[in-house]
Amino acid sequence: MEHRKERIDRGIKARTEDIYALFSYREMLYLLVPRAIPILVLFAVTLVVGVYWQKVLISTAVFALLALSWDLLTAAGMVSLGQALFFGVGAYLTGILNHYFKLSPLFTIPIATLGGGVVCTLLLLPVLRLRGIYFAMVTLALPLMLVRIIEATKIFGGTEGLSGLSGLPSTRFELYLSIIAVLAVLFFFRRLINTDYGLVLRGIRDNDRSVMRSGINIYWYKAQALFMASAVGAFAGALMTHVYMFVGMPVFEMDYSILPIASAVVGGMGTFAGPMLGAFILVPLSEALRGVGGLRIVIYGLFLVIFTVALPEGIFHYFQRKYHQFERWVKVEK
Amino acid sequence: MKVGTTRNREEVPFLKVTNLTKQFGGVRAVDTVSFDLNKGEILGVIGPNGSGKTTLVNLITGFVKPDAGKVFYQGKDITGMMPHRIADLGIARAFQMVKPFYQLPAFKNLIIPLFSPRVKRLAGGKYGDRDAIAIDLLEEVGFERDSFVPFKMASVLPHGYLKRMELALCLALRPELIILDELFSGLSMAEVASMLPIIEKLMSENLTIIMIEHRLRELFRISNRVIVLNYGKKIAEGLPKEVMESEEVKKAYLGSETE
Repeated sequence: MEHRKERIDRGIKARTEDIYALFSYREMLYLLVPRAIPILVLFAVTLVVGVYWQKVLISTAVFALLALSWDLLTAAGMVSLGQALFFGVGAYLTGILNHYFKLSPLFTIPIATLGGGVVCTLLLLPVLRLRGIYFAMVTLALPLMLVRIIEATKIFGGTEGLSGLSGLPSTRFELYLSIIAVLAVLFFFRRLINTDYGLVLRGIRDNDRSVMRSGINIYWYKAQALFMASAVGAFAGALMTHVYMFVGMPVFEMDYSILPIASAVVGGMGTFAGPMLGAFILVPLSEALRGVGGLRIVIYGLFLVIFTVALPEGIFHYFQRKYHQFERWVKVEK
Repeated sequence: MKVGTTRNREEVPFLKVTNLTKQFGGVRAVDTVSFDLNKGEILGVIGPNGSGKTTLVNLITGFVKPDAGKVFYQGKDITGMMPHRIADLGIARAFQMVKPFYQLPAFKNLIIPLFSPRVKRLAGGKYGDRDAIAIDLLEEVGFERDSFVPFKMASVLPHGYLKRMELALCLALRPELIILDELFSGLSMAEVASMLPIIEKLMSENLTIIMIEHRLRELFRISNRVIVLNYGKKIAEGLPKEVMESEEVKKAYLGSETE
């Protein structure tokens, strides 16, 4: 006699992933609770924490935005190792507009968001034909190149950067702006990927030749996905610039490329909620470990390794499975 | 040759391929191949393994750019156009190695061609429920409508269904010319027998079809005309019966099989 775990889907799904058949308020709550509770908890946390942790939450939200942007690109078959490109371009655009043209953040942030999207899309347009690791290598190289260009030509303040930029009204304003932005992007991306348009994007990742023979221009779709993802990343950069009231070469640092990917891996790729959850675990954890001192990175690294080995599917996928399925042990005759 | 030339004088051929050539390294995969195709015709393409059949399809559908030669579709030069633009003109293509969207449920696979500019244009804006049309299309190619099969992930579907879906992906585009690259490969006799009526129904709808096939009996039954490739060269063309009797074909292809 052996035992085996049997998993049964709860009866709420109507045949496919995105169609639900609801018959009662109880079932509606079943779907609503896992969506509403984390949001309520998040807002509750913002009310109780002090200024330091409010700043940490802003930075967390910024990384969550980058992770969401990474997940959208991945959903459309583009693996990015250079989220710092989007972040840095957005940051520098807003800094330039504010420093040289004296525009208020009310204008610089939206312009940097859209402008950053356009600039990054144009930069990557020539390599849209590349797939997988080849595309990834280019995204990795671009931010490294841009930072050296700024260093060598001394434009935009060179190594000094641009300081004394306008700030936002208050820390609380920054906090709510960033959290609402994350939730809005999360909601938008999750809806988008399940529309027919989103199916085309997922189709490109799955099999781009099959999308081509379906009479759809994959480069046009990839460019659109790239624009959306890079605009979100540029927004994150623009926001962070006004929070720090400074922009300089560190905005192209590897942190902004690697942490979003780590968040997506820990949280669970392809769900948008997963990468966001990952960012909300990793960034505060990294802050909390500051007290440990020199071994901080080691502990952080160990945590990442343990997570990837124990839950390779990601936290979000794990909880989703547990939530949507009954599990029980059944005897198996041998 | 005889059948083709008599019809040619009337008007522009539906598809005209002239001296198409493609070289991969030292190998001429397709070597100065020319043929015409008329509307409503079923053209069979046969040839031994590696004779350039799939490359010929890739050249016509734009997945590979030819080194020389031209492809005209309804009088329009489509040589070297991007694959999606050729598909947009109404040339649908089934891949020999099935290319479904594995991460999507079967019926959602068809949403992608149904979402294409061509289908939108042909529908004149009002297209209705794409999901419903997708399920209708799957039923047309032999999916059981009232089962779970159309809702299963493509990754768990058996090969037979994936081949059917390959055909449905073509039909979703509302094509005028369908190129089927070994649609029957890897299918059992029973599965082929159940798919033949679907092809025959398409023939009755006056669709133009190019069929590449190793199953000669089925191919000869449905095709009007057959061309034979060997080492990238067209070595024979004509009615299935004539081609069967040609000495060169026997030597190159049929002969080697029966020996």
